[in-house]
Amino acid sequence: MTSLLEISNLRVSFPTDDGDVHAVDNLSLTLNAGETVAIVGESGSGKTVTSLSVMGLHNPRSTKLSGSIKIPDGDQVIDVVNDDAEKVRNMRGRVMSMIFQDPMSSLHPYFRIGKQLAEAYLVHNPGKKEEARKRTVEMLDLVGIPEPAKRAKDYPHQFSGGMRQRVMIAMALMNTPRVLIADEPTTALDVTVQAQILTLMQGIQKEFNMGILLITHDLGVVAAIADRVSVMYAGNIVEQGSADDIFYRPMAPYTVGLLNSVPKITYGEKQRLQSIAGQPPSLINLPSGCAFSPRCTYIENAPAGSCAATLPDLVGVSSSHVSRCHIPESDRPQVFSHVAGGK
Amino acid sequence: MLTFVSRRLVYAAITLLIVSMAVYAIFAILPFDPAALTCGQHCTPLVIRANRIKLGFDKPLWEQYWMFLHGIFAGRTYGVGSAAFHCPAPAFGYSFNDNMCVTELLQQKLPITLSVAIGALILWLIVGVGLGILAARFKGRWPDTASSVFVLFGTSLPVFVTGLFLLIWVSIKWKIIPISFLGYVSVFSDPIGFVKLFILPWITLAFAFAALYTRFTRASILETLGEDYIRTARAKGLSEKKVLRIHTFRAALAPIVTLASLDFAGLIGGAILTETIFNLPGIGQWTLRSVYEFNLPVVVCTTILAAGVVIIMNLIVDMLYAVLDPRVRI
Ligand SMILES: Nc1ncnc2c1ncn2[C@@H]1O[C@H](COP(=O)(O)OP(=O)(O)O)[C@@H](O)[C@H]1O
Ligand SMILES: [Mg+2]
Repeated sequence: MTSLLEISNLRVSFPTDDGDVHAVDNLSLTLNAGETVAIVGESGSGKTVTSLSVMGLHNPRSTKLSGSIKIPDGDQVIDVVNDDAEKVRNMRGRVMSMIFQDPMSSLHPYFRIGKQLAEAYLVHNPGKKEEARKRTVEMLDLVGIPEPAKRAKDYPHQFSGGMRQRVMIAMALMNTPRVLIADEPTTALDVTVQAQILTLMQGIQKEFNMGILLITHDLGVVAAIADRVSVMYAGNIVEQGSADDIFYRPMAPYTVGLLNSVPKITYGEKQRLQSIAGQPPSLINLPSGCAFSPRCTYIENAPAGSCAATLPDLVGVSSSHVSRCHIPESDRPQVFSHVAGGK
Repeated sequence: MLTFVSRRLVYAAITLLIVSMAVYAIFAILPFDPAALTCGQHCTPLVIRANRIKLGFDKPLWEQYWMFLHGIFAGRTYGVGSAAFHCPAPAFGYSFNDNMCVTELLQQKLPITLSVAIGALILWLIVGVGLGILAARFKGRWPDTASSVFVLFGTSLPVFVTGLFLLIWVSIKWKIIPISFLGYVSVFSDPIGFVKLFILPWITLAFAFAALYTRFTRASILETLGEDYIRTARAKGLSEKKVLRIHTFRAALAPIVTLASLDFAGLIGGAILTETIFNLPGIGQWTLRSVYEFNLPVVVCTTILAAGVVIIMNLIVDMLYAVLDPRVRI
């Protein structure tokens, strides 16, 4: 296995009294060393569910998972979905780490951050207290916390939001993982702090040659650091390609809608934002056919009735840029030509 | 910390002053003559008048209250000459119904009530928190179901039903424990006798409280398990056992400290039902009887005690919280 992470045909659903919530359907993606892959989509599209699946953090008693998530660990390959829970636990925080959206609530309010960081190291290196302490200070320093040895004795509430997210990143790095999953790492932060955190993540990625799976709904963040992008809608990947593919040659109507709804800084006249009309569907009773079709403005460009009847396959002329849409791919550049930034 | 505590103690003193004034005021507006209640059936107008003067009921209300306050710090002597009797400080007055100083009575009643309350508290914390942890840990499985049955019974059976049931079976049918109270024994001088004396009241009270604590503990743990920082703990690769022990319990159990302190304070004010069922002459029974008998000094004393315990327990809770949660600064 050459990649760091290989998700194939992942399906995640949650049985509820009203029926199964199909949060992720048939998702496949790979992540390579030194690469940043972004998953983009509006909230509720299944991004967090996907990232928790990679960490093996779903409650097995209330979650149905199928497909596979393969992650190499030394000379073994562990399948997070199908392998023993204890094997997966042993990889968490060591081979793959995760940072979360809200750094305010993600750190334990009762423990000094030094203790929380050291704990992350000690789980996988039992008994090595002295190393843990040294590594804690090292990592805090690496993520740009001034006076790391002193700040390690502080509690989370004594840090600002941006500093807390730095602490979270330091914690994720304690065992030098190969895969870093960042679930909306900048969403809860001020814009200026956002940029600092993204720059930090890029620097760390270079240093450790890590693969980053970046979850976000912010296309600005994607444009800043992603190499490849998967666009999700209602649990499905609707388009997958390089960042340039997605920004300059979008092939799925939903991607086009997302790009149009990003505010742009323009001189002179005010520009109206184009939001995507309608709401994402309920994940319990997904409509047959394309889940986006009720909100799609290009539906008359597709063969009559096809959008309501079947979910289009995730295919493309180039295997590195694939999308789901019934409109013939050759017609799409013409149909989507009004996209700002498109060519 | 020190300024916090001293400030709170000043507030406590003010609160207690107001509470005692309120009790005095209530008694003052009640349409009865306190002196007439001091001599039962042997009352003659002469005795009543003598007692009125002896106890100071002839003085204006503010002066009576002042003598009461003075007595707390300096003790108090009633009457003059050979008929005089003295209640040493802290004196809360003299109870004619018992022919004893109130403080002396309190010294008899308080150990009983404290024994009931402390024993029950320990029992219900062990059972309630223990079952709550089990129920949360095995949510949806049989320990959870079993504990929910316990909760159902504990919360729906009134204390007098549980108490009478225990009394009838354990004391009357099986004769394990005598029904009538034969005097207080301390845990230090006779541990077995002590347990025998109080085990039924403990079970009775603990049963009701433990059920509430089971439900509360379970909910609190499940809520904490949903916190983001628990997800972080799992993401580190910690085992579920450590996630629970190190990261969940402390946060989930902190609110129980508040709950337990206030419930405990409430019991010191008197577990009237339990004391009555098991015929324990504690604070609760004493207060109740004194209210019926318009025994002002006793009512003032027990009211101050009840209020004082609540205030002190609140102070302790706040101090404990500052220890438990680093975000709390006092
Ligand atoms: N444990 C769960 N039980 C039931 N439904 C869930 C659970 N976790 C997530 N979902 C549902 O799955 C969908 C996707 O959620 P999520 O992955 O959090 O979206 P987002 O893309 O905003 O991160 C949502 O509709 C959410 O309500
Ligand atoms: Mg999310």
